[in-house]
Amino acid sequence: MITFDQVTIQYEDTPEPALRDVDLTVEEGELCLVVGHTGVGKSTLLGAVNGLVPHFTGGTLYGRVTVDGRDTAPHPPRELADVVGVVGQDPVDGFVTDTVEEELAYAMEQLAIPPGTMRKRVEETLDLLGLADLRHRPLHELSGGQQQRVAIGSVLTAHPRVLVLDEPTSALDPTAAEEVLAAVTRLVHDLGVTVLMAEHRLERVVQYADRVIHLPGDGRARIGPAAEILRTSTIAPPIVELARAVGWSPLPLSIRDARRAAAPLRTELAARTPAPVRPAPAQERPRLLTARGITVTYRGVPAVREVDLDLNAGEVTALMGRNGSGKSSLLWALQGSGPRRAGTVKVAGGPDPHDVPAARARQLVGLVPQTPADLLYLESVKQELDQADSESGTTVKARAVLDRLAPGIDDATHPRDLSEGQKLALALAIQLSAAPRIVLLDEPTRGLDYRAKTALIGVVDILAAEGRAVVISTHDVEFAARAADRVVVMAEGDVVDDGPTAEVIVSSPVFAPQTAKILAPLPYLTVGQVKAARS
Amino acid sequence: MTAVDRTTVQASATGPDPSPDVGGRRLPRALHPMAWWVWALALATAVSRTDNPLLLFLVLAVLGYVVTARRTEAPWARGFKYYLYLALTVVVIRVVFRAVFATGITSRDHFLFSLPHIPTPDWYAGIKIGGPVSLEALLSAATDGLRLACMLCCIGAANTLANPKRALRVLPGALYELGVAVTVAISVAPQLVQSVQRVVRARKLRAGKAQGMQALRGIVVPVLEDALERSLRLAAAMDSRGYGRAGRATRRSRHITGALMLLGMCGLCAGAYGLLDATAPAFLGLPAMGLGALLCVAGLHLGGRRVTRTAYRPDPWRLPEWAVAGVGVLSAVLLLANLGYDPAQLNPTFYPLTWPALPLVPTAAILLAGTAGFLAPPPSPAQRADAP
Repeated sequence: MITFDQVTIQYEDTPEPALRDVDLTVEEGELCLVVGHTGVGKSTLLGAVNGLVPHFTGGTLYGRVTVDGRDTAPHPPRELADVVGVVGQDPVDGFVTDTVEEELAYAMEQLAIPPGTMRKRVEETLDLLGLADLRHRPLHELSGGQQQRVAIGSVLTAHPRVLVLDEPTSALDPTAAEEVLAAVTRLVHDLGVTVLMAEHRLERVVQYADRVIHLPGDGRARIGPAAEILRTSTIAPPIVELARAVGWSPLPLSIRDARRAAAPLRTELAARTPAPVRPAPAQERPRLLTARGITVTYRGVPAVREVDLDLNAGEVTALMGRNGSGKSSLLWALQGSGPRRAGTVKVAGGPDPHDVPAARARQLVGLVPQTPADLLYLESVKQELDQADSESGTTVKARAVLDRLAPGIDDATHPRDLSEGQKLALALAIQLSAAPRIVLLDEPTRGLDYRAKTALIGVVDILAAEGRAVVISTHDVEFAARAADRVVVMAEGDVVDDGPTAEVIVSSPVFAPQTAKILAPLPYLTVGQVKAARS
Repeated sequence: MTAVDRTTVQASATGPDPSPDVGGRRLPRALHPMAWWVWALALATAVSRTDNPLLLFLVLAVLGYVVTARRTEAPWARGFKYYLYLALTVVVIRVVFRAVFATGITSRDHFLFSLPHIPTPDWYAGIKIGGPVSLEALLSAATDGLRLACMLCCIGAANTLANPKRALRVLPGALYELGVAVTVAISVAPQLVQSVQRVVRARKLRAGKAQGMQALRGIVVPVLEDALERSLRLAAAMDSRGYGRAGRATRRSRHITGALMLLGMCGLCAGAYGLLDATAPAFLGLPAMGLGALLCVAGLHLGGRRVTRTAYRPDPWRLPEWAVAGVGVLSAVLLLANLGYDPAQLNPTFYPLTWPALPLVPTAAILLAGTAGFLAPPPSPAQRADAP
């Protein structure tokens, strides 16, 4: 269905080609996963399938890419629209119209499909993706999972044979991600659509994949059955890491297979107590922030309802919950610059951050917003750091902080050219230059690959070791399991659970990490714990 | 591979009837946007004929009735009150200007009050500021303003009743790209506002002390970067979904289209000049205008043939559309025809100052336009439920 024949793609502004001599064939009806670290050419590979690379992005393509027998060289993306459907990471960016039904019809209008057929296909697609109740709703009112399903539906109506999905679940909470993946697997199984999908969160998708294309980073690509490629690939979900550590063969990819293979391991581990993921504090942690009765409303609609929260020095708290459950609103209200309808925030040795000027508030509580780039507006990293030093008026040097968090970022680099992880580190360094003892991170794991997440855990550890209280709102259960001492779960503006990580997430079917699911009822959260217990 | 039936016919409204109301026009559905526009513009034309405050208030009442009876809950349908505010502002400005830049008072006028007179230099003698103000002057300013306000409200009613995006779909095929540009702009604007709010909020986190240009730059740079990246992603998405697929246009037909449009525009310009300038030769007037319009239509038609796309659920044009557009046009014709009533009653004089009469035929004509409120089918409840 998709064939890459000796494909090399070279962009003008880079010395090395993004892809080099790639030879691969994806068969009809296959769900093929593209894995690799950030910046190894995943998006280039996906874009080449429908000709966006190089027709839209520029660059030179050597070799031949054919989709369903059509060569992409003479066919620009619009001429392939009836064969390939492309869905990007943020569905909102691709929406052209404003209601669900019109969006579903848009591609067909462009293809000049007769009105009768069009009407029929819209109805079919609404049912196929479970969108029938939403047909007249404006797109911007939908939840993230619904938007992503509409985006998939809007390309499906053209009846493409190939669906290309670039990180379809990265912005979604676990439940919404399940929703989208269920829809995708249904398309593969019921309609025989060929799916090519890139995704950072392998733990969510790897069990559905027939084959995996691994991009190790030198521009080449390896394709093979999922179990075979993942055995040696540079990145792997926890389930594969566990299998590698224990030596299971064949490699299990779903929780069900892993649990079957894990029976001897569970007996072996039953007698031992796992070491805690994060060391327990030597003494009682001093209280840094006390929030009582925090309420946030937007035009009368409550986003946060009378939430009480205490934060302690040296403690890392993960704030979890669905999209729209009030996590961000709570963080902004704690920092003092967001709206707050009622409640008090007491910071140890300082005033309520809501009542003092912004410059003083950020010395009490630092917040890195969901899009760290919003904080950056100068031309170079050095200018940003100097600006931060002059804004903060403390003895802390932002450059020193940055070097500690993410060493090796060049002064002259433009902030826009940094990777997501580096942007986050820079924004964090800017906020830390004000020396706040409480640090809030709003969805920092969005768009980070495994390597960047591990680096972020290192950063969080540094902050905690310095005696700061850290709060991270995240959808990423694997990250929370490794990084957090404590988990707070929110739903509809209420705190529904608050306790040590192990207690909260092991008991939850949605938030349990893969290791916990495989080894339940044993209280193991990470592969690291298993390795430590067996050695 | 999917043998997509690529018809190269133009989208037509004569396809299978998409609305479920076969036989019963009382089933809720949206009226064709053009019907509302024809109705509103006709009413505006009718309004332009009269100064009679009673008739003008009647028009406002009719607009208010039709809007409340037939608007949806969509965002654009909530805007009528802003048009009313705007109308009120127009009247107020008109009256205040008339009072301040007084044109003097005659012996027949009713003296109302006097504003302090500000002497103007001799070379500026044409305009007087301040002085005595008469009742007649204010009343004539108010009715004048009211007429303008009524016309504004007519446009406002059309905007409120007709879905603007659906109205854009009525554009001829050759202007399709223009329609898409407007649609995209409409949907991008709120995103831009959100983006600004987000960055302003983030800027507070950094507590930048920058003032003036520096602070502005701190907001504009990230917002523009964001907007640029977003529009690139949108362009990529539209491209992948088949926007701008080549039709059967050849180089030759493109050239012919261009030539036709250019000539047509020249004709239109010459025609307008000929009509406005009395000394111009006669053939430059209407004939040139007509020829220009003809060439433009031909160009649009030819250009439209290269666009190969169809419309999803095109709005049908049936009895209710004919009825609504018809009553609008009929009321305009009645007011313009001067039949069956004294034309002076449309523009009552202030000398002597009397209560204006309510001429029968124009009143009936305006009430006739008001029947659109129940001639149009009710808006569909699904759209009513759209309210966020």
